[in-house]
Amino acid sequence: MVSDAAAVAAAGGCHIFSGCGYPAPSISDFFFKPIFTIGSFEFTKPILFMLVAAAIVLAFFWLAFRRPQLVPRGAQNLGEVGILFVRDQILRPQLGKQGDRYLPFIVSLFFFIWIMNIFEIIPGVMFPVTSKYAFPFGLTIVVWVTYVSIGIRHQGPIGYFKNMMTPSGAPAWILPLLAPIELLSNLIIRPFTLSVRLMANMLAGHVLLLVFGLGTWYLFSLSIGLLFSATSLIVYLLVTLLEVLVTFLQAFIFATLAAFYISDSLKTSH
Amino acid sequence: MMHLAQSGTQNPLVPNTTELILGLVAFFVIFGVLARILLPRITRTLEARTDQIEGGLRRAEEAQAEASRVLAEYRAQLAQARHEAARIREAAKEEAAQIVAQGRAEGAAERQRIIDSASAQIEADRQHALASLRAEVGALAVELAGRIVGESLADEARQARMVDRFLAEIERQPRGVAAR
Repeated sequence: MVSDAAAVAAAGGCHIFSGCGYPAPSISDFFFKPIFTIGSFEFTKPILFMLVAAAIVLAFFWLAFRRPQLVPRGAQNLGEVGILFVRDQILRPQLGKQGDRYLPFIVSLFFFIWIMNIFEIIPGVMFPVTSKYAFPFGLTIVVWVTYVSIGIRHQGPIGYFKNMMTPSGAPAWILPLLAPIELLSNLIIRPFTLSVRLMANMLAGHVLLLVFGLGTWYLFSLSIGLLFSATSLIVYLLVTLLEVLVTFLQAFIFATLAAFYISDSLKTSH
Repeated sequence: MMHLAQSGTQNPLVPNTTELILGLVAFFVIFGVLARILLPRITRTLEARTDQIEGGLRRAEEAQAEASRVLAEYRAQLAQARHEAARIREAAKEEAAQIVAQGRAEGAAERQRIIDSASAQIEADRQHALASLRAEVGALAVELAGRIVGESLADEARQARMVDRFLAEIERQPRGVAAR
């Protein structure tokens, strides 16, 4: 279950001064042996914790809003804080009151991504599910389909692409250059950056934690290495604190950008 | 892991199909449950809460308005009552003053009447006394003078003239002396 380099390091008892090289983390730490396989279907750790994340989100909101009371208590309070945060900090700044229609969508995105992210620093898991590109990629497809279809419905199939490619205020002579760029930007670059930003941030965070986590273990020996090991541990803890912020921030950015793309599609012109 | 590494698919930008499909399914389950069941419930609850709070505020405002209306009414009534009391007091004072003045005037009139009748009585008595005194004094004086002068004054005509002259002289004397 632990990543392979860590497994090697832990199992091998590989330490500095023992003639053993630093088991540096690599991209192969993001590819897991399946827990079990059914035919060509491979059930891996990221899939397991993606499902756990989904279950947590569902269970939390089920507990919170199953029988909502006028005077909230317990989980309902927390759930209300959650959805009101999404509504007032993500949706309404972009979309105003009409954004409330998209509350379930943005709430689902935000909390699903956040819980998947946060597994990066949960002991016993220590793996950000969203660093597997399939998950941000899938969610981005949903976001892309959503904002393109809203744009086409709201501005008409021709109007949507026309408005997209001719930003207001741009002089006519620059349009031949600008129009393809805008088209590319809206339809290809936006979803690409949206998904890769999330995946790369979580992947980098996990690599950072691995570097210092493995370093703490590798440098541990009853010698001067103990000092290195302690330093590495301190950095590891600091990076963990940083990642607490990053897991939240990346979910927030993903949800905010999704809301922004939707609001962009709802405007009749740029 | 080794077989994956060897098959050369360890590209972090290539989405795994299984993960992609399961991820989408999981997302749509979350979205479906939230959008169809849970968020409508909490949205309704939040709206109901807003309504209740606004209704409560409105009711409180109404009660406040009612209270100030009643207070104003009471104040008006109180002011009216005070005004009434003042008016009554004023009227009583005026009446009392009027009664006193009337009494005083009646008293003065009565006094005047008593004084007038007394002085009339006195005057009448004085006149009466004066008349009888005049006759008596005349007689006495004549008698006295006759005794002193003898018969020369026996003649009645002369006697009367002398008495009148005498009395006129007396009257010509200062009044205070005469009244005394």
